[in-house]
Amino acid sequence: MTQRIEFTLNGKKLTVDINIKESLLEVLRDRLHMTSVKQGCGVGECGACAVLIDGVSMNSCIYPGPRAHGKEIRTTEGLADGEDLSVMQRSFIEAGAVQCGFCTPGLLMTATELKESGKSYSREEIRREISGHLCRCTGYHKIVDAVEKGLKE
Amino acid sequence: MYDISSYLNAGSTDEALELLQNRPEARIIAGGTDILIRLREGKHRGAALVDISGIEDLSRVWLDADNTLHIGPLQSFRALERNELIKDLLPGLAAAASVVGGPQVRAAATIGGNICNGATSADSASTLFCANAELVLTSPGGERIVEIADFYKGPGKVDLKAGELLTDIIVQEKDYRGFTGHYMKFSQREAMDIATLGCAVMVRTSEEILEEVRIAYGVAGPTPRRCPEAEMALKGTPLNRENLDLFAELVKKELLTRDSWRGSKEYRDHLAGVLARRGLAKLTGQGDCDHDTEN
Repeated sequence: MTQRIEFTLNGKKLTVDINIKESLLEVLRDRLHMTSVKQGCGVGECGACAVLIDGVSMNSCIYPGPRAHGKEIRTTEGLADGEDLSVMQRSFIEAGAVQCGFCTPGLLMTATELKESGKSYSREEIRREISGHLCRCTGYHKIVDAVEKGLKE
Repeated sequence: MYDISSYLNAGSTDEALELLQNRPEARIIAGGTDILIRLREGKHRGAALVDISGIEDLSRVWLDADNTLHIGPLQSFRALERNELIKDLLPGLAAAASVVGGPQVRAAATIGGNICNGATSADSASTLFCANAELVLTSPGGERIVEIADFYKGPGKVDLKAGELLTDIIVQEKDYRGFTGHYMKFSQREAMDIATLGCAVMVRTSEEILEEVRIAYGVAGPTPRRCPEAEMALKGTPLNRENLDLFAELVKKELLTRDSWRGSKEYRDHLAGVLARRGLAKLTGQGDCDHDTEN
């Protein structure tokens, strides 16, 4: 069954015809080719599919596509301004927080939410805030370094 | 792709009730963090989903003229853990909300969904048991109010009839005024895990006397459970080390935990005592009472 939904993706208003059975992850990846959004576990455990929905990091794999109607959605594709990377993107590179890269876009969206909150976070609080993301490469230290560094800039 | 036959949005409680009434095969979706996973597992094939997440009336937290606390079932755990009224009046519930899943799950998952799924591991349930919460269930025929302890019928089974919607969670003033509360989730990981044992404690003291102690456990049995005998034994007794020890012992005897792959009965019994003492000690400023739990 098809349904027409309207939402904002990375600042652009879109009208999309979706199948009501699709998750937001499927709408973003398969229809709109936002391939930064990764499917890891598919059940909301790993955070690889996290995107910002009205400014809040959420798992797009357990988010019904039709629910995106009227929402403001942001993915990693929308973080850089042309060639200029966002503070958190630069910070992840400089801290060496990326190995295989599969978890990175999701983590970047959560890190972006923290940055935009304007609050300060201790390392312990950063660990808690990123606890919904699994990374099998880095051991998390460099990710925490990156978020900490990005928050200070 | 979720294996569903339709996806309908309810903009108001009345609209939701109407949609549910005409579709006996309908399933309610709030945050979706449980039902969408069950759909992925191949359950509820072809379900007609009725999305209630947009009903603003059902996501408020407020006090009425009688100081009765109303918790809208659509409050997300993210909102609950930050809600000033909840932090002030039911700090145990704020603590429970803050340890559900991880941040992304808390942004979606709702307290009403947590309760209506009927899982013994629901982090919010044990505090609601301590607070004698009442649930308002609305159907086209009107409302009925059920105490939370009666609402839980068994694993995954609750007293929610077809066509009914949970529209309010109520806590009377006598059940929060003067109490402090805490929730302890004992799990193998600090995030994204289900409790091996969850323990909510509420206590009201006056001048070193334990006026009232309440304790409820999740995952100890098929539904969350209070320990009325242990609670009664402590009522009116002085706040001291011996009574904390006594409480831990009584709770272990009364609770009747069970084996499951997350932990053996022996392990859970031991944990039950440790958490009872730890929770009560924390709330009454008794400091570290964790040592010598082996006696």
